[in-house]
Amino acid sequence: MDAIILQILNGLDKGSAYALIALGLTLIFGTLGVVNFAHGALFMIGAFCAVTLSKIFSLSYEVIDESQTDFLGNPLKVQTPYVEAWFGPETGAALIDWSVPLAILFSIPIMITIGFIMERGLIKHFYKRPHADQILVTFGLAIVLQEIIKYYYGANPIPTPAPDVFRGSYDFSAMLGFEPNSVIYPVWRLIYFAFSALIIGAVFAFLQFTTFGMVVRAGMADRETVGLLGINIDKRFTIMFGIAAAVAGLAGVMYAPINAPNYHMGMDFLVLSFVVVVVGGMGSLPGAVAAGFLLGILESFASTTWATTTIPGINQIIIYLVAIIILLTRPRGLMGKKGVMEE
Amino acid sequence: MLGLHKKDFNLLLIVVVLAMLAPFILNPFPENSGLAQFNAGYPDLMQKFVIFGIFAIGFNILFGLTGYLSFGHAAFLGIGSYSCVWMFKLLGYSVVPGILLSIVTSGIFAWLIGIISLRRSGIYFSILTLAFAQMSFALCYSVLSNPKFNLTNGETGLQVYNNDPQYFRGEGSPNVPHFFGMEMNATHKMELGGWLFQFNTGYYLCAVIMVLAFYLSIRIFRSPFGMMLRAIKSNNTRMNYTGLNARPYTLAAFVISGMYAGLAGGLLSAVDPLAGAERMQWTASGEVVLMTILGGAGTLIGPVLGSGLIKYFENIFSKINDNVLHSWFSFMPDGIEDLMVTLIHPFVGKGWHLTLGVLFMLIVIFLPGGLVEGGQRIKRLISGKKAADETEDEATQSTPAE
Repeated sequence: MDAIILQILNGLDKGSAYALIALGLTLIFGTLGVVNFAHGALFMIGAFCAVTLSKIFSLSYEVIDESQTDFLGNPLKVQTPYVEAWFGPETGAALIDWSVPLAILFSIPIMITIGFIMERGLIKHFYKRPHADQILVTFGLAIVLQEIIKYYYGANPIPTPAPDVFRGSYDFSAMLGFEPNSVIYPVWRLIYFAFSALIIGAVFAFLQFTTFGMVVRAGMADRETVGLLGINIDKRFTIMFGIAAAVAGLAGVMYAPINAPNYHMGMDFLVLSFVVVVVGGMGSLPGAVAAGFLLGILESFASTTWATTTIPGINQIIIYLVAIIILLTRPRGLMGKKGVMEE
Repeated sequence: MLGLHKKDFNLLLIVVVLAMLAPFILNPFPENSGLAQFNAGYPDLMQKFVIFGIFAIGFNILFGLTGYLSFGHAAFLGIGSYSCVWMFKLLGYSVVPGILLSIVTSGIFAWLIGIISLRRSGIYFSILTLAFAQMSFALCYSVLSNPKFNLTNGETGLQVYNNDPQYFRGEGSPNVPHFFGMEMNATHKMELGGWLFQFNTGYYLCAVIMVLAFYLSIRIFRSPFGMMLRAIKSNNTRMNYTGLNARPYTLAAFVISGMYAGLAGGLLSAVDPLAGAERMQWTASGEVVLMTILGGAGTLIGPVLGSGLIKYFENIFSKINDNVLHSWFSFMPDGIEDLMVTLIHPFVGKGWHLTLGVLFMLIVIFLPGGLVEGGQRIKRLISGKKAADETEDEATQSTPAE
């Protein structure tokens, strides 16, 4: 029992990332009808927002401290970050420590801007073109974004730690009534799960309970009629693209402490997120979220020693296998609606 | 001749001449001149030209004719490579069984994957093939290389070792891949004045096979079968309403293009007996899509052109470094020279992929028909004719089906 709970917990953080990316993909697909292969790159850019902010905060200048000497006997050079000099040592240190959560605020405007530029500058011109062209152009864009990041940040993963207080693990065993130390789980991953639940909730609430969201939903159902009612649906869809980009970016920001960001992390997630979207049902938001968590948890169960000894390598291929089975038995995916992306 | 129209025969003739004289054509600059870095007439690169040409020709049969965008074709390339190396390990270094087996195995895999993926079309098909390719990559990279059952040798890559059985290895036969005794890596060098021309056995074998593959693809394009595939691309629903089941045709096209990919993979192993899983990665699949699009999907010569150009520029761009750039722009004033170098620097050397991505986007945005369409546009501009005059090549231009 405790092992099962542990595996479910393990699956949640990856599942959250899948769900967030898949949610963004589905938003874009549902509103604009575009298959965005560059969505993984947006996730990656989000993670690099966290990297950038932590780098900015740790920009420092050198002071020579005459009172101390280094091991060669020269006066010790002390690196002092600018933030510590400006805001005082304690606030400064706290800022550096909390750079990842703070990057959330930093990344939202950046991601929305990138989303707007992408939609207005490139994807707008591809609405009338075949899906294959949309795939190809966004695929090219993904390569370009990835290479730009590689050019400025290098090819190696850049560790970006979470704030000190969240760095440890939490023992759930006592709470659930098991042996101590049987269910231990890193705190940051729990936070990641809570955060993604919050974001998903916020997106759904936004679509469900605001006038703007209502119009967008109407536009998703019947774009033409909404246009005929005198509503500028294109403008709203552009905003939705920005929001989808921000969702992917936020998923990336918070993921940075879990996996040190590198330039190709977006692509690794993208392929799986596509599978998630397809399993969930193209164009279905709840389907994308449910399938994201489902596949994440499934993957973590397949990674247990029991599973890998029974069928070697099952953890590597389980998601694809499930996707293939689901597509063959339920061609529209788990919650796909009729008429979306039929041929 | 050869069952071809005159126009197609001329095209084939051009390809034959280009392929056979490639060592001369690709080495236009004397060896010690400054321009020698633009030469491409050495065996490794020429082999890549023709092998990826085969790969792209095969991909074009699927994408260009039926409009099904497969994003996992590199899987078949990898499967072909592995099969060929296994033949080297088991039978000996003759390339014939290796290449035959690589065609057969990749055909079988293409059939299996095709049955499943072709149940869906459009974007679902792309994602399914992508998923299959990623699955094969994961399998080859880690799963199938466990000590008990080592089929792919994981990260190191599959290669031939001295203690491999090689049951049919002849006594005097060479210890490298060979075609009836002719070593694949044997290169005959010819010096003419300042020029150095290299004639490589492996290249010529690949080139002959490429020409055959090209001929076959012309026949497929012009056959009733090819016509059927084009009909599927232009309107699949109507095909269904006329009472025709399109799936056997698309499946056949998928298997044929998978076998082309397997052949290319087998040849890759034949010229260099080392097969790695990275050949199956989705970036490799993306590359073949780009080659086909760059040249012109649905045209005969397009994929060959595209693969040649991409492999050429990959090689040239990767070689250019800051020193070379400085020497190019040295005629400019210092400030501008540095500016130019800084501007171009991200795109060359290690930044080749950036150039590739930009190129990819530019082609898809401005020239969806690829270079062939570009050429036709220029021709039309010069001759002042209307689009209607263009013949059936135009009709086969890429408007991929949904």
